[in-house]
Amino acid sequence: MAELAAVVGIGQTKYQTKHKDVSIAGLVRDAAFKALQDAELTWDDIDAVIVGKAPDMFEGMVMPELYLTDALGCNGKPMLRVHTAGSVGGSTAIVAASYVQSGMFKRILTVTYEKQSESNAMWALSNAQPFSPHLNAGAGGFFAPIIREYMRRTQASPEAGIKVAVKDRLHGARNPLAHLQLPNITMKEVEESPMLWEPLRFLESCPSSDGACALVISNEELAKQSPKKPAWIRGTAMRSEPTMYAGREEVSPRAGIDCAKDVYAQAGVTNPRKDFDCAEVYVPFSWYEPMWLENLGFAEKGEGWKMTLEGATSLDDNGDIPWNCSGGVLSSNPIGASGMIRFAEAARQVRGDAGDHQVDGAKLALGHAYGGGAQFFAMWVVGSEKA
Amino acid sequence: MRDIAIVSFVQSDCVRDAGARNEVELIMPVVRKVLDNVGLESAQNVDFTCSGSCDYLQGAAFAFVLGVDALGAVPPIKESHVEMDAAWALYEAVLKIQSGQAESALLYGFGKSSPGELPIVLSQQLDPYYLAPLWLDTVSSAALQARAMLDSGEITEREMAEVVARSRKNAKSNPHAQLKGDVSADELLNEPTYLSPLRKHDCCPVSDGACAMVIATVEQAKKWGKPYAVLKGIDHRIESAHFGARDLTKSPSTEAAAKAAGVANGPIDIAEIYAPFSHQEIILKKALGLGDDTVINPSGGVLAGNLMMASGLSRIGEVAMRIINGECKRGVAHATSGHALQQNLVAVLEGA
Repeated sequence: MAELAAVVGIGQTKYQTKHKDVSIAGLVRDAAFKALQDAELTWDDIDAVIVGKAPDMFEGMVMPELYLTDALGCNGKPMLRVHTAGSVGGSTAIVAASYVQSGMFKRILTVTYEKQSESNAMWALSNAQPFSPHLNAGAGGFFAPIIREYMRRTQASPEAGIKVAVKDRLHGARNPLAHLQLPNITMKEVEESPMLWEPLRFLESCPSSDGACALVISNEELAKQSPKKPAWIRGTAMRSEPTMYAGREEVSPRAGIDCAKDVYAQAGVTNPRKDFDCAEVYVPFSWYEPMWLENLGFAEKGEGWKMTLEGATSLDDNGDIPWNCSGGVLSSNPIGASGMIRFAEAARQVRGDAGDHQVDGAKLALGHAYGGGAQFFAMWVVGSEKA
Repeated sequence: MRDIAIVSFVQSDCVRDAGARNEVELIMPVVRKVLDNVGLESAQNVDFTCSGSCDYLQGAAFAFVLGVDALGAVPPIKESHVEMDAAWALYEAVLKIQSGQAESALLYGFGKSSPGELPIVLSQQLDPYYLAPLWLDTVSSAALQARAMLDSGEITEREMAEVVARSRKNAKSNPHAQLKGDVSADELLNEPTYLSPLRKHDCCPVSDGACAMVIATVEQAKKWGKPYAVLKGIDHRIESAHFGARDLTKSPSTEAAAKAAGVANGPIDIAEIYAPFSHQEIILKKALGLGDDTVINPSGGVLAGNLMMASGLSRIGEVAMRIINGECKRGVAHATSGHALQQNLVAVLEGA
């Protein structure tokens, strides 16, 4: 039986286009140090370090955790590096939680990051491979046809995507760490922004960010002694499926459905819209909010876009189930960290520590990440109570 | 730590160049065979799958993603990946099983190093601002380490040659080995130096290939009715990335991992040590606290063939299979990563 584990410290850098003020080591150390401060701990209190990030080519370094060991106070300790595509931030938090759940470690530090300004993610994703079609389009070009299929099936109003773009930026304006600060953004402004990959406009896409996110996770005994309120990890789940196979449902992938079912069962969630107080869900392109609302069971099939348009997911519209109160991936996207930021922001909510984007009295929250061709999923449920 | 059963292990041949075979084609045969050995149909029949690989070997972001194609992951599976040697994928799976979230796991590691110049590719593991721009490759950093060993009087060039001669001899009985044969230390010492003080034969070859393993709780292994070896302890540690901050003639991270894994809790019959350079075997033997009664690298070790990202898991698999086959009772396996033995993992295995 698994040991209970809880998030007792959270640290994030400011997310921005270029962190010219720090090296890669400095960036991860900043987030890690803030997480230790949040938990009122020092480097010596940490038993192991788990690092996650998206492809090494995004910075042009091979297995960079080897170089980061000094910056993360890991010399003489165990260091593990997770890489599961865009879901990696979430997967890393889940692997880190398993250190404590296994009973083999009492308290660990986990850090994820991306310093996109050191390289160019779109081209790093687009180098030609033998025997494979050459995709020169980055992630937006990959997902746009899937989004068009969602719109065709559901006859969704084109406004739904625009609404998500506005809503998440208004949320982001409440979060001083968010990369994009657009407190005056309007539907018209989004609609008039350049079309990048039909139907995705510039303002319906995530930015490229530098940034890092860190968590300290401890066992029950140490969590009880922690100065601030712990976020108890009530369930974790991961699922993978191939990028392509005959009959694959790409709009609402089975891996996402199965992953949600698994993590809900662990946390005793039967009606996600009702049982959760909020959710931090990986939405790098606007239309993925309505698509994931359906995939994760918050909305009936074909109804996700209506829920978005009604304002159910908006803090500013007093929605019943706010999504991405932090501003989400649409406001900050240091790719390798983006999943962990979702997990961390879910934890901030149930700790009652989310500042101006706090959902009043949040007790149970979902953190979600996905990656690859929407084929890798990582989710956790955190709560203000143990069970 | 709860005992874990290593039930099945399969490794491909180490070949200098796998030619047109891609990564999926390297993985599929070993995954198929390792599952067949247990009587499992696909990755659906284990609770967790984890792999180890490195994007830079393939020269593409998300190299591991296609690996999922080798698994038959329809319907979806519980799966994870480390950008490390697959020995650390085993570690991740051990945590999953310890926490009660899985009863069984499939692990695999793969590397196709032939398309690039491996030592130079790995130069980009170093500090990106100060060291990587110098393109200090892994052979050069190992040569610095060997020079420090020779200068300190800890080893002689003859001892290095003897390590190689024994590896070549042991590899004769390993069908997967790339380099094997009878060669004397004297003959080896007559070879010219390559990157002084290293001779070519002091360096592991570059190989393409893959390996796979199935592990489970002891209860699950008994249900399967297959023989197994028991993983009694596993631990890993890392050291500073700065050469100047380390004593390169020692491996304190291996010592610490060996202590935590419980190497000294009983006699060690065999050891499979991941030493890509001959002098490193001598450092590691000492750090692991092994005496002369332990047989070192009966497979020939990685000097006989080095599957980047899979060799570490292979060391563990080699020991496990020898225990299962009754060749020995207790063994230790070691994996390494980074330049000059920066990161090390130690596993202790026993008979059921």
